[in-house]
Amino acid sequence: MSSLSTTTAADAVPAVRVHELSRAFGTLQAIDNVSFSVAPGEIFGLVGPDGAGKTTLMRMLAGVLAPDHGRIELDGIDVQHQSEQAKRHLSYMPQRFGLYEDLTVAENIFFYGELFSVATSDRRTRSETLLHAAGLTDFRHRRAGQLSGGMKQKLGLICALIHTPRVLLLDEPTTGVDPVSRRDFWAILYQLREQGVTIVLSTAYMDEAERCTRLALVHGGRIRQCDTPARLKAAMPGSLLELVAADPRAIHGALRHQPGVLGSLLMGDRVHVRVDNATRRMPQLNNFLGEQGLDIQGMEQVEPGIEDVFVALLDEEAPA
Amino acid sequence: MNLRRLFALAWKESLQIWRDPRSLAIALLMPLMQMGILGYGVSLDIKRVPLCVFDQENSQQSRAMVNSFVASGWFRLSRRLVRDDDVRDAMDRGSCSAALVIPVDFSRRLSQHGSAAVQAIFDATDVNTTNIALGYAQGALALASQQMYARWAAAHGVAATRVGQVDLEPGTWFNETLDSRNFIIPGVVAVILALVGAQLTSLTISREWERGTMEQLISTPVTALEVMLGKLLPYFAIGMLDAGFCLATAVFWFHVPFRGDLFTLLITTLLFLVVVLGIGYLISVRIRSQLGASQVALLLTMLPANLLSGYTFPIDQMPGAIQTLSLVVYARYYVSILRGVFLKGSTIDDLWFPIAGLSLYALLILWLAARAFRKRLD
Repeated sequence: MSSLSTTTAADAVPAVRVHELSRAFGTLQAIDNVSFSVAPGEIFGLVGPDGAGKTTLMRMLAGVLAPDHGRIELDGIDVQHQSEQAKRHLSYMPQRFGLYEDLTVAENIFFYGELFSVATSDRRTRSETLLHAAGLTDFRHRRAGQLSGGMKQKLGLICALIHTPRVLLLDEPTTGVDPVSRRDFWAILYQLREQGVTIVLSTAYMDEAERCTRLALVHGGRIRQCDTPARLKAAMPGSLLELVAADPRAIHGALRHQPGVLGSLLMGDRVHVRVDNATRRMPQLNNFLGEQGLDIQGMEQVEPGIEDVFVALLDEEAPA
Repeated sequence: MNLRRLFALAWKESLQIWRDPRSLAIALLMPLMQMGILGYGVSLDIKRVPLCVFDQENSQQSRAMVNSFVASGWFRLSRRLVRDDDVRDAMDRGSCSAALVIPVDFSRRLSQHGSAAVQAIFDATDVNTTNIALGYAQGALALASQQMYARWAAAHGVAATRVGQVDLEPGTWFNETLDSRNFIIPGVVAVILALVGAQLTSLTISREWERGTMEQLISTPVTALEVMLGKLLPYFAIGMLDAGFCLATAVFWFHVPFRGDLFTLLITTLLFLVVVLGIGYLISVRIRSQLGASQVALLLTMLPANLLSGYTFPIDQMPGAIQTLSLVVYARYYVSILRGVFLKGSTIDDLWFPIAGLSLYALLILWLAARAFRKRLD
């Protein structure tokens, strides 16, 4: 369980096994022949832009949307055909807040506890612990509709965890959540992982993606790459140069079509330029910028982040 | 089926109803208002028909004739006319719906020939009213001529013999006072329950879709049957409350005679509620917006319940095809059950036909409703 490598994950009995999954909406192929496995205790991240198919995939994993083709197993249980049995062992938190806004925090927790037939004493202790961890103890009698965005998401997580799921599915759980709540949120996730709960989450936040044990880069309904964050970064073709400049936009535009430049990404006041060979291209680019009269405050080789990996992946697919 | 999940759903649904002013208003205020409006507003009785009189003779006898019309209580003297054209004019203006024209030679003919004719003209745009007014006129006239004959006989010293005359002595059963309210109010109760019941449950599933709570709910192990029963349970309680309220209003406020037994009433009302709540639930499953579901429920229940339930228009007077069509209008069964229980004191044995109809309906609806809800987003 401690191993993060793909080989070991595949060897173990997978907590989630997705096999050749497809789903179309009209002419749009939302999920296109996707296969992957998640080992017990992993935090598996689905990363990709909006419209990549993350939510469709999550919904099929949760058994609320039927696939056109393919098969999903949770702990060896077929989600399609043994739906009720599978649902006993999973918890799903949809992207849109799915709890009852006209019920209080405590009432929502009670309701979901009952739906999962949690013993009363278990429910009490679990909800105390979770409310405390989420910082919601003082809000238990407040209507869910009157909570802040972050509190709502934490309440969603509490309701999802009021029974002991083997697999926890979180669809963009921290979108629109303040940093403090996000920290609480992740603290709970790490605890769960220690208890052996498998977590599959989708996220658009790259810093959050880095926290996952394994990542699937989703684009156009397909998984383009799937590995640990470290390996994904290592596998990125080329090296990354970070340029700090007063006018990063101009730098970004000027360098894109220079020889040896594989891609360029604007990141605030910086530009991430991916080149085939850092040592060879650094002086070349420096000279070029000098000729063009474009000032930079610095240029250095840096380790890529997940976002760089993702953008590199898209660049490789569709060369400009 | 897991009872714990079922009751959790029922509990949750009750809390939501209690906290939603709109649901509460539909549940409790709508029956109250409708009972008032329909109970007072709908009456088929035609009393005091406005009558115009064109008395061309204006004799003692002709005035006695007019008096006997007014004294019958069925007519109200609205205008006295002086010219022929006035009759047409009065009808056009709607100032009367019947006109009595007494010819100049009325008393002369009466004394010479022993018989005379008067003309009665009716505004027949409303056929129903006209037929009833015509009946009233004939009654009033028969009474008047009887009195005249008696007076004539007395004046001529002849014994008022009545040779070969057959009298009809009408007896009206079950609604002795011929008060149409007694007939209509039980129907009103049925129509209100059909309407309110479907409205109540029509929102229950669409609300979950609209508020985005359905996705998480269907990701739990809860079954479709548990969802259906758990959600219907609280509305069943409200439905019984409404039924009790409407029926009590019928008896204690509108003084409709209640001759049946409470047990028959209870059983049939429960059965009817299963049907109406189930229909609302079915609509709710099919239509995912609350507004749409509520409107469809209104349309599907209001028109058939009003037109084809027999609550205002008698079913056996309808054309054959429409009569057959009315068999699918579930309200008709409850209308005839309520009328039977209220006015005739009918028991379950007497009411086997409508009860069988409702039972079939209830089974069909429950079967459809249990199958309708799919735990899927698409």
